[in-house]
Amino acid sequence: MGKNFKTIDEAVIRFAGDSGDGMQLTGGRFTETTAIVGNDLSTLPDFPAEIRAPAGSLAGVSAFQLKFSSRDIHTPGDKPDVLVAMNPAALKVHQKEVIPGGTIIMNTDAFVKKNLNFAGYESNPAEDGSLDDYFTVIPIEMNKMVKAACEDLDLNGKLVLRTKNFFALGVLFYMYDRPLDATEEWLKKKFAGKDAIIEANTRAMHAGYNYADTTEIFTTRFKVEKASLPPGTYRNINGNYATSLGLLAAAEKSGLDLFLGSYPITPASDILHTLSAWKHFGVKTFQAEDEIAGVTSAIGAAYSGNLAITTTSGPGIALKGEAIGLAIMTELPLVVINVQRGGPSTGLPTKTEQSDLNQALYGRNGEAPMPVIAAATPGDCFFAAYEACRIAVKHMTPVMLLTDGYLANGSEPWNIPKVEELESFDVKFADGFNADGDFFPYLRDKETLARPWAIPGTPGLEHRVGGIETAENTGHVSYDPENHHNMVVIRQEKVERVQNDIAKTKIYGDDSGDLLLLSWGGTYGACRSAVETLQEDGKKVSHVHLRWISPLPKDLGEILIHFKDILVPEINLGQLLRLIRSEYLVDAKGLNLVRGRPIGAATIVEAVNKTLG
Amino acid sequence: MSESQTTQLTKKDFVSDQAVRWCPGCGDYAILAQAQKQMPTFGRKREDIVFVSGIGCSSRFPYYMNTYGFHSIHGRAPAVATGVKIANPDLSVWVVTGDGDGLSIGGNHFMHALRRNMDLNILMFNNRIYGLTKGQYSPTSEVGKVTKATPYGSIDNPLNPPSLALGAQATFVARTIDRWQKHLAEMMERSYNHDGGSFVEIYQNCNIFNDNAFEEYTGSEKLDNVIELKNGQPMLFAKETKGLKLEGAKAKVVDMEKHSVDEILVHDETDLELAHIIANWTSNPDLPEPIGVIYSIDKPTYNQDMVDQISLAKEKKGVGKVQDLLNAGDTWKVD
Repeated sequence: MGKNFKTIDEAVIRFAGDSGDGMQLTGGRFTETTAIVGNDLSTLPDFPAEIRAPAGSLAGVSAFQLKFSSRDIHTPGDKPDVLVAMNPAALKVHQKEVIPGGTIIMNTDAFVKKNLNFAGYESNPAEDGSLDDYFTVIPIEMNKMVKAACEDLDLNGKLVLRTKNFFALGVLFYMYDRPLDATEEWLKKKFAGKDAIIEANTRAMHAGYNYADTTEIFTTRFKVEKASLPPGTYRNINGNYATSLGLLAAAEKSGLDLFLGSYPITPASDILHTLSAWKHFGVKTFQAEDEIAGVTSAIGAAYSGNLAITTTSGPGIALKGEAIGLAIMTELPLVVINVQRGGPSTGLPTKTEQSDLNQALYGRNGEAPMPVIAAATPGDCFFAAYEACRIAVKHMTPVMLLTDGYLANGSEPWNIPKVEELESFDVKFADGFNADGDFFPYLRDKETLARPWAIPGTPGLEHRVGGIETAENTGHVSYDPENHHNMVVIRQEKVERVQNDIAKTKIYGDDSGDLLLLSWGGTYGACRSAVETLQEDGKKVSHVHLRWISPLPKDLGEILIHFKDILVPEINLGQLLRLIRSEYLVDAKGLNLVRGRPIGAATIVEAVNKTLG
Repeated sequence: MSESQTTQLTKKDFVSDQAVRWCPGCGDYAILAQAQKQMPTFGRKREDIVFVSGIGCSSRFPYYMNTYGFHSIHGRAPAVATGVKIANPDLSVWVVTGDGDGLSIGGNHFMHALRRNMDLNILMFNNRIYGLTKGQYSPTSEVGKVTKATPYGSIDNPLNPPSLALGAQATFVARTIDRWQKHLAEMMERSYNHDGGSFVEIYQNCNIFNDNAFEEYTGSEKLDNVIELKNGQPMLFAKETKGLKLEGAKAKVVDMEKHSVDEILVHDETDLELAHIIANWTSNPDLPEPIGVIYSIDKPTYNQDMVDQISLAKEKKGVGKVQDLLNAGDTWKVD
């Protein structure tokens, strides 16, 4: 239609509006379409803890950021190129982060006196020109537009107005040349039987698309070519769903029934929801009366021979601490999943943080070591969950899997794995005596130090386990001082033997240099992006990302000493940092920002450059 | 009887090789002996029985039973047992707990296990004291009780365990006494045979920290203070010299020399209103202490409902394959 197409490598867009404006859904639709188009992408949903804060308030602003690219990307981007602000509060909260020269699309129908006052604007930024020097401002009367588009539909005015997010979506689809058909299909499925709703949303989306096409304000459209990703079949996936799939794959591969004992908590509940729907896979989900029953029921299920899982977030781990100690003492396989959020106490339930590493490593009474694994990206949650299950069963130990709110709700294109290619996962329950006509429940495997898994129902192997210290091998109650010391040492050694299952550490970049970025968990993407930028600039910077934090990989110490500086970016005050410093006696430095949001790649680049001097 | 059970098990088969470490004279010995004696009579394979406990004197119980056993952490036995049962619904799962373990720190799990009608047999040894921690008052101790923690007398109101259990929607509620060996055996059997969550409160004497707490019901000539509930039978006690009549919801003791048995309240285990009334007679100085099955009804169990839901889902949707699920939704190919 006579408009210029400009090909760009990547774009960052952010939808922001009131909690009731459907921003998460809009972002989700743009994400799915962008995935189908074949771009690489990364998302950052950012929503308030309140289900519905007062309409128009700053506290009630919900946002969804998406970066998409023709290249391989690792983060949802730092500053948006385009901000869609559905009301003044959304503009107020997010405008300062828009890239200078970026585009701000506003629903001016929401910029009325009441909302402006609520957001603290004295004059209307949609009209007063205050933004014009810095941004391309595109005011659109979205309410009016959708009303006109749905005029002849038999739908009340309130429901018609709810489609304005699809109008905004249509505008963005036009700007970035995305097809509408996938969303049309999705609407038909989502609102099956509600024809008027389907029609209204479809019309609103087309109205947005056509509006952008016919008006003169959009002078340029953007093309983001397909990303050249490794060959395979892809889907878009978020972290919590990937975690659920990883657990299910572990169950199928091992032949064990999956048991989940869980208590609802943000941002982990989606795992409970997802697994609860998979009854036809034989999954048993138990919504317990509290966090403690969540974990203790899982321990009981592990004793009975299920692949036992408990899911929660930070505060839940605090409540489960004593029971996790019981699983350590009884040496039962158990996967404890912590989808970390801002803390302490209730903290920031819907925001991300990496501040439960100390709790994972040390948050129990006594010498209570357990393996701790962390997922790096939304899609990696699948593999991390699978690996956590495999190690738990192989080594007969509870394993803590750390993800976080950013990974849980963020999404990325995911090269779908083949179940048959996943690492084998064989389980052998004890079925006979192991000690000269007797059964010793704590007689260990020489390689892993794992004890046998003898489940109720097995004749002849009746035995008792418990939280009291047990005698080596026989498992009888023992208060013997020497025995206790030995058992403390054995339990530690058992966790350390997991090192034999950890792959050689991969260094992204040279084996030595001026600086090593060392990361764990959800900061993977930002660190990798930062290192790519720094290496392009000729800096001698490499990146190591840790999958296992307990035990640390055998080869890590040797890697660290070949770098002049080590920088550890974390969304906490230096929890891995202190571990690394004490474990390896190296002068590592931290980059610690605890804002409930991912650390941006640009921030890391800046910090590295400052360190390099 | 299962086919594999060619040799009849005896009490000896249920005695573990661990030395029993309760204080001499503890009521727990009698309960343990009765459990070991009763288990073989149920015709259940030993490997299919699991005893789960929390923390406290009574919670040492699993170590002494030669079955599968789990001595867990304070108060959590019903939750651990719930996991054991859901993971393998074919097991006979027993919970051994005490008044502190089950009603104080573990009150939440106790209540919810009963509400769900999870098929667990919960034996609560109530000695109205904390024994293992050496003598503090418990949630069933009487007001005014002097202990190390209450030198001026307790100001806590005691819980009434059967009332609590009924309030939590329990489908089987009974009470027995450690010294009543025959009755104890009968209650264990009833509990075992009840398909669903069963709660048996056992008055158990702690001869070290709360000796003779139940003396008024257990001395041979003191049976006048106790009524043994029998389903379908009139409520007579004190060698049938006394009976209970209902006036409204209030019970009244009557002399049988002056009243006919037709006037006497008849026990009905399936009547929830009556069960609540009976449970409330607990520790009432004007009424006999109710012993026996207070309430018993059949209701679907959580564990069976879960099995049924899973079977139905498999039947409706076909057994799921993870690879299909991985490949589902909007996908695209990169060559």
